[in-house]
Amino acid sequence: MSSIGTIEIERLQNLALEARRMILMAASRGGCFVGSAFSAVDIILYLYEHFLKGTPEDNNRDYFFLSKGHAVAALYSVLTLKGLISKDWINNHLSPLSNIYWHPNTNIRGVETPSGSLGHLPALAAGVALDLKMSGSKARVIVLTGDGELNEGSVWEAFLFAQSQGLDNLTVVVDRNMLQANMPTETLIPLEPLKDKFEAFGFSVSQIQGHNFSEISETFSSLPMSDKRPNAIIACTVRGKGLPSIDNRLDRWFMRISQEEAENLIAELECYHRQGVGVL
Amino acid sequence: MITQLAVSYEEHLYNLIKDSPDFMVMTSENRSSIRGLPPLLGERFIDTGISEQTLLGVAAGLAMRGRIPIVHAIGAFITMRGYEFIRTDISLQNLPVKIAASFTGLLSEANGPTHQAVEDIALMRTMPNMVIFCPSDEQDLNLGLDIVLRSDCPAYIRLNHLPCAVQHEPFSGIGKAEIIKGDSGQCDIAIFSYGTLFKEAVKSCYILKELGYKVRIINLRFLQPLDEELLTEAALNSGLLVTVEDHYKQGALYTALCELLIEKGISRRVYPICLYDKWFAPATLEDIIAYEGLRGEHIAHNIISKGGFNA
Repeated sequence: MSSIGTIEIERLQNLALEARRMILMAASRGGCFVGSAFSAVDIILYLYEHFLKGTPEDNNRDYFFLSKGHAVAALYSVLTLKGLISKDWINNHLSPLSNIYWHPNTNIRGVETPSGSLGHLPALAAGVALDLKMSGSKARVIVLTGDGELNEGSVWEAFLFAQSQGLDNLTVVVDRNMLQANMPTETLIPLEPLKDKFEAFGFSVSQIQGHNFSEISETFSSLPMSDKRPNAIIACTVRGKGLPSIDNRLDRWFMRISQEEAENLIAELECYHRQGVGVL
Repeated sequence: MITQLAVSYEEHLYNLIKDSPDFMVMTSENRSSIRGLPPLLGERFIDTGISEQTLLGVAAGLAMRGRIPIVHAIGAFITMRGYEFIRTDISLQNLPVKIAASFTGLLSEANGPTHQAVEDIALMRTMPNMVIFCPSDEQDLNLGLDIVLRSDCPAYIRLNHLPCAVQHEPFSGIGKAEIIKGDSGQCDIAIFSYGTLFKEAVKSCYILKELGYKVRIINLRFLQPLDEELLTEAALNSGLLVTVEDHYKQGALYTALCELLIEKGISRRVYPICLYDKWFAPATLEDIIAYEGLRGEHIAHNIISKGGFNA
């Protein structure tokens, strides 16, 4: 059973619409990784609305690490909705003075660590989770990776370590949109059967629809899935989710668009949203 | 003069950290310097297995939470396989992870080229905030360990367990070199060295003095930050400057000294004694030093014959 009802789901969907608007506006000011951000934004939104406890300054907070750093526009839009950062970041997008660029910057409140070079944060997140365990804290650690990012050997090293330490306070979320930078994951370096791989690495695994707030909520509410095993959530997503004209397209990973294009896409987004609210 | 500190690195490290729970000892299955610590430290000892990247990433995460991880690994592997993890996860964030690298420079002995860290200092010198500590022997290592571990910065330590070459002076701070008692004032030659070859540099100094040269010798201790004041003063008061190091010519002491001299507008000849763009012949340490022409008498001979002393 989902821990949230239809009214809350609709509220989250409306917030997700607003987050996607911000991402498109950022894309019209020098561009950003729209496809990737749209893929991850629903999960990030859910985490900040329902899961992550504590302020960025709270030493006993839950931690969120965006290992696929190029989706940072999704994170900044959610931090804006949470009131952690000002919406000005969009107007100042990519200004040399703004601290906003295409990958996470720790000068922005709420960003835990730089990322962008893929394959780094699973290990770092495991280190944080290990300290939380040793300190007797109940806080939890979420690290969101791309599926293409799983090409990096360092993530599998980190997974081995996490299971060796029984880090059940660590959850790896895979943004499984089946596309990496230039081609489908299964064409380049096939990952399937991915669930089996995680299980073989000692993880408890759940596979969900990554844009369905009901499923997202149900799964995160059940963490940890079992004692002394790290958790993996394979979130089946769609690159560019929310915009039928760009979704699932290899050439809409990064987008640099004009103001007019952004307005047209926002209109499409809102149209699609009106049709889709309450359906998921 | 040659004396050995009674306490080993391992014992000294344990004594320094045992009552400070923030310190953790870690390794990627390279326990050669810390074999006795796992049972003493309990959960504060973490072995990530053969995985330098994970070792560094986990250490960064622990440091973000306020821990001070001291990671032990083979120098060639941790600096090169782990380079980007040191740069992005540790150095750029100025996290106080201490990298204790073993078998660096000539200390890899007969392991062969895969294990030779002869460019590690060049790599670590590019790291913002990174303290680089290169003690000349275990006494030097132990004397400087406390100040390095307790600094707020990340640090790269070339572990060195050799018997001491001289009786060392206490440390006067991060980035401070050690002046070995000897000639002062205007000298013919100033020898700058650190690490494993410091002992040979000292021997060359004695030989040169016996030949009538006035020589000063400095144990750098730190390659970053550099003791600019002491080096500048020594350079201004010496005719020929010589660097002695078990590292490629590029990027370590020779380069750092030349950069400093240019910045200060000091014109001096600098003669580098080092490894020249090649791996050294794998053998036991004593044989490598002899074969590669790095014994004290070789160094003294080369300084006189090739150093451009009379140029």
